[in-house]
Amino acid sequence: MAELKNWKELPIGGVIDKPATAKEYQTGTWRVIRPIYQAENCIHCMFCWLYCPDQAVEIEVVDGKPKMKGFNYYYCKGCGLCANVCPKTNDKLPEEKRAIVMKPETEFQE
Amino acid sequence: MALNIMQLATNFADKNPGITPGHRLCPGCAAPNVAKFALMTAQSLGYTPIVGLATGCLEVSTTIFPFTAWNVPYIHNAFENVAATVSGVETAYRALAKKGRLVDPEKKYAFFAFGGDGGTYDIGLQSLSGAVERGHKFIYIVYDNEGYMNTGNQRSGATPPGSQTTTQPVGKKLPGKVQLKKNIVEIMAGHENVYVATVSTSEPMDFFKKIEKALQFDGPSFIAAFSPCVRFWRISEDKAVDISKLAIETGYWPLYEVERGVYRITKKVKELKPVKEFIKAQGRFRNLLKRPDAEEIINEVQEYITRRWERLQILEEATKDKPIR
Repeated sequence: MAELKNWKELPIGGVIDKPATAKEYQTGTWRVIRPIYQAENCIHCMFCWLYCPDQAVEIEVVDGKPKMKGFNYYYCKGCGLCANVCPKTNDKLPEEKRAIVMKPETEFQE
Repeated sequence: MALNIMQLATNFADKNPGITPGHRLCPGCAAPNVAKFALMTAQSLGYTPIVGLATGCLEVSTTIFPFTAWNVPYIHNAFENVAATVSGVETAYRALAKKGRLVDPEKKYAFFAFGGDGGTYDIGLQSLSGAVERGHKFIYIVYDNEGYMNTGNQRSGATPPGSQTTTQPVGKKLPGKVQLKKNIVEIMAGHENVYVATVSTSEPMDFFKKIEKALQFDGPSFIAAFSPCVRFWRISEDKAVDISKLAIETGYWPLYEVERGVYRITKKVKELKPVKEFIKAQGRFRNLLKRPDAEEIINEVQEYITRRWERLQILEEATKDKPIR
């Protein structure tokens, strides 16, 4: 999380002098359900990447083709849109066959 | 060149599409996707986007001080004048080009204006009409979430009848909003020198194609994007795309374009689903469905949607290859 600045450190007039500073802001703390990526079931269709409103889906290009890498939990707000648009994820499939599984965040707390 | 998802993913695997993560829109909101799709298309086609924003959800949540979620040249002025502001930016660019003072004259620019339905249907209509009439080459994109959602669900010109809003709640006397939704697409198409289209994030290929067409169109373009509000439509956070799909299948949000008066339906639905399915899927109509006159109101909406769909088909046939200007 970004440190708050005092009035002496801020630019005059409160101008934001750099683009894309929102990247410093952690929206991942909002999350109540967490998407878990199961790579063995993924067909790399890029739907989750396309629809993620927070660009929390990380991809890489391998041999000229985009491949899903996983989720960036620093930004993921846990809306579940990725699991909803995923063609390899639906309620009828058992959990181990899905590409994205939504789990409550409480399971990951110590 | 028609873009596809794989191509875009390859282009933007390690590049930012223009709007960055870390913005504070609600989880599952469709508005950042509207901006993302448009900016990605423009950049893939070699344009440098310049963005103007009207006050609204997208503006207040992406530019909370000291943060900005924009990685492209960005300007915000006021609620009602985004179209005027962007037309000024475009004119300044043309003036500099004429004087030969551009740093890189070869660079292509795309001027985008984003507005919510409040800033477009109601407050910004005057400046939008003026900018389109003057023929500035810019793209106005409205993300239509059918109300003033930023301030907590007040009624706007885009709100459908029977919807629960704080300024027109469903009660004993009134069934929420009584009037039908304003048809902004026809208002904009009435300017004649313009490319107007409706898009939805649930049809990404259609979305990219229409943005591409708007970029290449010689004159102003207006794109109306269906953008479900997960909070005040009272739908689950992961349902924005499902609701958009349902809106297209029921004919509530027909996908079509009007290019200088020539109509073209881009998504032909063979048989429209009853609009009741769309209404039942959302919590904002829950109180309406409890009223004894719910059927009457739904029938009225259904009749309007059927008539509009038939009218569109007739217009498509009548205006084929007959541009008005």
